[in-house]
Amino acid sequence: MNWAKNLLAATAIAAASSTSATELEVMHWWTSGGEAAAVGELAKAFNASGHTWVDAAIAGGEPARAVMVSRLTGGDPMGAFQFNHGRQAEELIEAGLLRDITDIAEAEGWKDIVNPSSLLDSCTVDGRIYCAPVNIHSWQWLWLSHKAYKDAGIEVPANWDEFVAAAPKLEEAGLVPLAMGQQGWQQSGLFNVLMAALVPNDVFLSVYGDKSAEVAGGEAVARVFKAAADARAMASKSTVQNWNDATNLVITGKAGGQIMGDWAQGEFAVAEQVAGEDYSCLPGLGVTQLLSTGGDAFYFPVLSDDEQTAAQTELAALMLKPATQVAFNLKKGSLPVRGDIDLSSANDCMQKGLALLADGALLPDTNQLITPDTNNQINTLFVEFFADASMSIEDAQAEFVSIISSAE
Amino acid sequence: MSSARPSRLFRNKSAKIAAIPMIVTALFVFVGGTVWTIVYSFTKSGLLPRLKWVGLDQYERLWSTRKWLVSIENLAIYGFCTLVLVFVIGFILAALIDQKIRFENTIRTVILYPYALSFVVTGLVWQWILNPEFGVQKIVRSWGWESFQFDPLYTADIAIYGVLIAGLWQGSGLVMVLMLAGLRGIDQDVWKAARIDGIPAWKTYLFIVIPMMRPVFITTLVLVVTGIVKIYDLIVAQTGGGPGIATEVPAKYVYDSMFRANNLGQGFAASTMMLLTVALIVIPWAILEFGGSRNRD
Repeated sequence: MNWAKNLLAATAIAAASSTSATELEVMHWWTSGGEAAAVGELAKAFNASGHTWVDAAIAGGEPARAVMVSRLTGGDPMGAFQFNHGRQAEELIEAGLLRDITDIAEAEGWKDIVNPSSLLDSCTVDGRIYCAPVNIHSWQWLWLSHKAYKDAGIEVPANWDEFVAAAPKLEEAGLVPLAMGQQGWQQSGLFNVLMAALVPNDVFLSVYGDKSAEVAGGEAVARVFKAAADARAMASKSTVQNWNDATNLVITGKAGGQIMGDWAQGEFAVAEQVAGEDYSCLPGLGVTQLLSTGGDAFYFPVLSDDEQTAAQTELAALMLKPATQVAFNLKKGSLPVRGDIDLSSANDCMQKGLALLADGALLPDTNQLITPDTNNQINTLFVEFFADASMSIEDAQAEFVSIISSAE
Repeated sequence: MSSARPSRLFRNKSAKIAAIPMIVTALFVFVGGTVWTIVYSFTKSGLLPRLKWVGLDQYERLWSTRKWLVSIENLAIYGFCTLVLVFVIGFILAALIDQKIRFENTIRTVILYPYALSFVVTGLVWQWILNPEFGVQKIVRSWGWESFQFDPLYTADIAIYGVLIAGLWQGSGLVMVLMLAGLRGIDQDVWKAARIDGIPAWKTYLFIVIPMMRPVFITTLVLVVTGIVKIYDLIVAQTGGGPGIATEVPAKYVYDSMFRANNLGQGFAASTMMLLTVALIVIPWAILEFGGSRNRD
């Protein structure tokens, strides 16, 4: 095997040195319409620097992460890859598979420009920086279809309680009150949004941050489970799988609303809908105005080839440049990671997000607080909870408490 | 005149040399891999394997996880039903085809055809057929039976039977072909003798032909059982484990733990349990089957 690898490497070097441009394979899971348009902006900027962006997209975060990890651990690293920053990459860093990019971060002054600074903290392990954050994504949005509410003959709701109260009218009109894809991450995501919006922040933090079983079994969280049961009833007719199919139900007015992160905005943009006219967005479900600061980041595996390493450096620096940040985030519907750029061309919903960002009404993302293992257990719980209407709130909460108490 | 008898080790030299690659593969890949997996199932391996011992923690967690218990139950239901039905259906089809019917080749091909499809295709096809909005239910309702309901994949309690239907459709053809080959191997004189004695056909099948087909049954059994234990792709394509966790199976639990939850230790523990289950079934059977035959030689 070794000689074959050497031969391949030799050809690669020969090929690379014959032309000045270097090909860099970039893996990500941005495949829906809005996402693909956004990643196209990154590729365009990178290609303009004289290198070649080799796009390796895999649909779906979970399968994509599995492929990425097996390629890294199997000794066949790609040039760069997208990950949600947070605890997912911890072990890869510990194993020394990822490149320390602290020097790039210092040269570019990321410490001063990245806002909120917690984004860079999530990239930092033992004082060294391992990833380049590219955007801020927040989960806490309720997307509402104006058409659906007009068809049902009622006002567009302004918060979660009104949204729940409006559900019977929508059902009478033959519409689905709440669109939800039948996948674990969407279902547990919805629950976390309810948790962030309906109870005080310290409850959210003591459950996911301190893993307090006592708080997880308490009154406040019980209220969140009750709201989740409402959501279950409202989404019982929503049979789609993918999140963008669910968003499409909202876009076409077949469903009243959807709880989904701000990436859903890219879909509205692709469908040429106007915020405030065709659809509304309620950050924090219109109850508690806040956002969680999750997001996407790019990691750079350790490579043996010097030219490719140099190309990695250029790509990393490029990703946080103002021009790239604007072009990328406008398409993606996410917020930029630096506070010093002009986003006046952003639409209504993004402006709301930017305002919250400026106010510092922020929560850490669950990915930054809990391990993928715990996350998967919570996903399984909510897959079960949302599929089985006979599962009681109490049983679900008891299961939730046992997951939180064994989490690390 | 070399009269010394060559030692047993060097008899059939070329055959043994030819078998070396397979023996090495079996030892290092299968046995080595198995031992490695079992060892690491006692560790706290996350995304990457790590030798951080935690004793039986992974197994304790495994057996207190509802998803695993549901998986085991599903495998038991699916396995038992498949085993019984695939043999019954396969044998009856083979017996019917064996009646020297016309167009035998065509019919045999048609019945075997599903086996040529992968489980992924099978799963998708049956997902559509069983979908209440455009599958069987819709067709029957369009005939006028408005209240007809048949949506196994959307009802948690019976979803696994929806998967079973697809599994049977795919697997019965192979069993039929194997059985047919077995039936053709039965000497025609046996049939003539039975007819002269006035034994009815069904009795001849049950008490004479089937016992004579024992080797064919054993081969088929091994093929069918291994297919059952490793079932994964059919589930992923047809139901994705849903609705809820109603159609989860052990192999999917292993995959989910290892690659979604980044918890290798848990995945290894689950796969070790799968191995143990198979061993509990296979070893006694192998002893009975092969241990006995050596004495007969």
